[in-house]
Amino acid sequence: MFGLENLSGFAQAVATVGVVLAEAFALYLAYGLLSNTVGATVIDALGGD
Amino acid sequence: MAILGLSLTMVAVFVGFGLLIGTLFGFFGMGGSFLVTPALLVMGYPSTVAVGSGLAFVFGTSVIGALRHHDHGQVDYKLAAIMTVAMTIGIEAGKSVVFFLEATGMADLIINVAYVGLLAAVGLLTLRDAWSDDDTETSSDLADRVQSVHIPPMVTLRGGVRVSGTIIFAVGLVIGVLSGFLGVGGGFLLMPAMMYGLGVPAAIAVGTDILQITISGAFGAFTYAQSGSVALPVVAFLLVGSALGARVGAGATNLVDEDEIKGYFAAMLLAGSLAVASNKLGTVYGIDLLNTLSTVLIFGAALLVSGAVVLAAVCRLRNDRTGTWCRLTTS
Repeated sequence: MFGLENLSGFAQAVATVGVVLAEAFALYLAYGLLSNTVGATVIDALGGD
Repeated sequence: MAILGLSLTMVAVFVGFGLLIGTLFGFFGMGGSFLVTPALLVMGYPSTVAVGSGLAFVFGTSVIGALRHHDHGQVDYKLAAIMTVAMTIGIEAGKSVVFFLEATGMADLIINVAYVGLLAAVGLLTLRDAWSDDDTETSSDLADRVQSVHIPPMVTLRGGVRVSGTIIFAVGLVIGVLSGFLGVGGGFLLMPAMMYGLGVPAAIAVGTDILQITISGAFGAFTYAQSGSVALPVVAFLLVGSALGARVGAGATNLVDEDEIKGYFAAMLLAGSLAVASNKLGTVYGIDLLNTLSTVLIFGAALLVSGAVVLAAVCRLRNDRTGTWCRLTTS
C-alpha cells in the first residue's frame, strides 16, 4: 500500500516508524495552523461570547 | 470508492474512533493501546496486526500529544529520562517472570488476575482521592514522605518538586517489571505513581507520561513492523482523527481542575478492569454475552468519558458550574 512490502524486515520497520512519525509531525503542524486560524473564533463561540 | 484500500465508511469509522481516543490520550496520557487493539480484533484483524497497529498508532498519537504538552510546558525531560531507563530494565525483568510462569502453565491466569486487580486498585484509589473533601490528604501524605527521603542524587522536577533520583529510578523499575509482566504500556501505573507517589502536578505527570509512551510505542511499533504486522492505512486514518483529539484533550487539561481529571481517570480504569474481567470470563466459559459486555464497557466508557472531558472544558470556558449538564462533569 505504501510500497514498504518489498523492503527487508529492518528497512520496513524503519520506514514504518518513519512514515508514522512524518504523518504525526505533518498533522501536528496542519492542525496547529488550523488552530491559529480559527481557534479563537471557535473558543469564543463555545464560551458564549 | 476506496482510499488506501479502505472503503469511505471504514475511513470515517477510523477517523471518528481516532478522534475519541486522541481526546482521552491528550487528557489522561493513557487509553491508547487498550482501546485500539480490542477494536481491531473485533473488526477481524489478526492479533499480531491488531497489536502492531495499536502500538504504531499509540506512537503517532503520543508524538502529537508530547509536542502539545511540550508547548504548554508540561513535560519534565529529566523525570522522563530516568523513568525510561528504569522501565526498560524493569520490562525485561517482567518478561522473564512471564516466561517462567509460562513454563509452569499458570501465566494466563496469574497475569489476568493481576491486570484486573491492579486496574481496579488504582481506579479505586484515584476515585477515593477525587471524592475526598480534603484533596491534599491522601496524595500529599505519601508524596511528602517520599520527598522527605534524601537518598542522593536529589533531583528538582518541574513544579518545584524535589525528589531522590534513586527513588524515581526504583519506582520506574517496579512499573517496568509490572508492564513487562502484564504486557501493557504502563501509562495507567506511571501517571498515578508520579502524581501520588512523587507529588508531581497532574498536568506535568500527564505530559511526562506521554513522552515516555512515545519512546516505548516507537520501540514496540518497530518490533512488530519488522514482520510486516502494522496496517499502515488503518494507522494513518486513526491518526487523522487522534491528532485533532489530542489537541482538544491536551487543551482541556488547562481548563479542567485536577480533581475532575482524577474522577474521569478512575472511571476509565474501573471500566477497563470490569471489561478485562468480563472478557476473560466470557472466553473461559464460552459466554458470548460477557464478551459483548466487555466491548460495550470499553467503547461506552471511552465515548462517555471523552464526552465528559469536552463538556467539562466547554463549561469552564462558559464559566458555568451550575447548569444541569455542567454539574454532571464535576466529580
